Amino acid sequence: MLYDYILQLLIIVAQIMAVIAPVLISVAFLVYAERKILALIQLRKGPNVVGPFGLLQSFADALKLITKENILPSGSNKIVFLLAPIITMVLSLAAWAVIPFAPGWVISDINVGIMYLFAISSLGVYGIIMAGWASNSKYPFLGALRSAAQMVSYEVSIGFVIITVLLCVGSLNLTKIVEAQQTVWFAIPLLPMFIIFFISALAETNRLPFDLPEDESTLVAGFFTEYSSASFVLFFLAEYASMILMSAMTVILFLGGWLPLFDIYPLNIIPGVIWFTIKIMFVLFLFIWVRGTFPRYRYDQLMRLGWKVFLPLSLFWVVITAGFLVTFDIVPN
Amino acid sequence: MTIFLQEYLPILIFIFIGLGIAIGMTLLSFIAGESKPDSEKLSAYECGFEAFDDARGRFDVRFYLVAILFIIFDLEVAFLFPWAISLGSIGLFGFWSMMIFLLILTIGFIYEWKKGALEWE
Repeated sequence: MLYDYILQLLIIVAQIMAVIAPVLISVAFLVYAERKILALIQLRKGPNVVGPFGLLQSFADALKLITKENILPSGSNKIVFLLAPIITMVLSLAAWAVIPFAPGWVISDINVGIMYLFAISSLGVYGIIMAGWASNSKYPFLGALRSAAQMVSYEVSIGFVIITVLLCVGSLNLTKIVEAQQTVWFAIPLLPMFIIFFISALAETNRLPFDLPEDESTLVAGFFTEYSSASFVLFFLAEYASMILMSAMTVILFLGGWLPLFDIYPLNIIPGVIWFTIKIMFVLFLFIWVRGTFPRYRYDQLMRLGWKVFLPLSLFWVVITAGFLVTFDIVPN
Repeated sequence: MTIFLQEYLPILIFIFIGLGIAIGMTLLSFIAGESKPDSEKLSAYECGFEAFDDARGRFDVRFYLVAILFIIFDLEVAFLFPWAISLGSIGLFGFWSMMIFLLILTIGFIYEWKKGALEWE
């Protein structure tokens, strides 16, 4: 009996490691891909020294950073200062527990999956506020304020976008959300919502053109100005892991998760997990492409876009979608 | 109850493993990196002059306003979640009740907008 429990526990731990390890490795290669793609956009070479084609650059950077001195500023609140990156990292990893990679390939298939993701991504603000407050330095403080305001603003429109998808699915379970897209991916009937979700995802992960929280030209490095060594690595890993997570959410909500492009012969024998990965890579490429081509927003423009454009538009679309489904009596369930 | 919670056990273990990795990395940096602190290195970052006074000063009230607006709209989203997935079973009555609720909220939103709560200059 006891052995059964231990065996089960070991299986769960193995499954979790099988998710965490690829996520962390893909973060390393995402950083590499970003540097390489940006370099190509700007007609440079990008990293090309460490390993073949510079492929091991991110690992070298990580190793270098961890062996550096972890500086605790004298005016800071040491415990909160060290805790902030840990919390950010744990949250950006914990969200992966409910992501379905293929039919049945999910660590915990809870029936409130999308709500769990929404809750975890809301908690992400805490790490940033803690970092900004605990540093007791001007730039992190301003960066944290900006970041918190920006993240909560765009979270509202993300919430409404999720609601429109849920109206078409009738379930909070992520597997069901993907299965509901068998006939048509939600990116097509809900195209405006897909665009709003993608732009809000950029803002939510503090990416360009909305990277004001870590706006180098005015705030040095934003909320992690005072961080060094492993604490910096944790923030960095968390930022890119949540970028991949937002792409995964985009794929699950709008691009049909693990479903093939068309359900025809050569395409539908490719395993679901590969489709899922290809789609995530496509969305991540869009993230990097946007970074390479758009100038940064001003803060008032950013808030105007969030509150005065996206919020009314997504609210309006919730009403339209619900009205459409009720009028034609095609509400699921 | 146990079956209900069983689904959440992997999440709990997941969070603990994540914590382990994060704390482990932080500790590793204290072991692997040599520590030679001095007062200049430990002072708060500043551009070209000594950091004077505490950094936790006053900040713009609009950040506070955004937080309040966020609470209102996030609660609204929280209300919409159960409504959205049960729209099929609550029928037209459920639909119109939510529409009236949204109408009231929209009136509040228009009021905010006209009052200039959303202006950032």
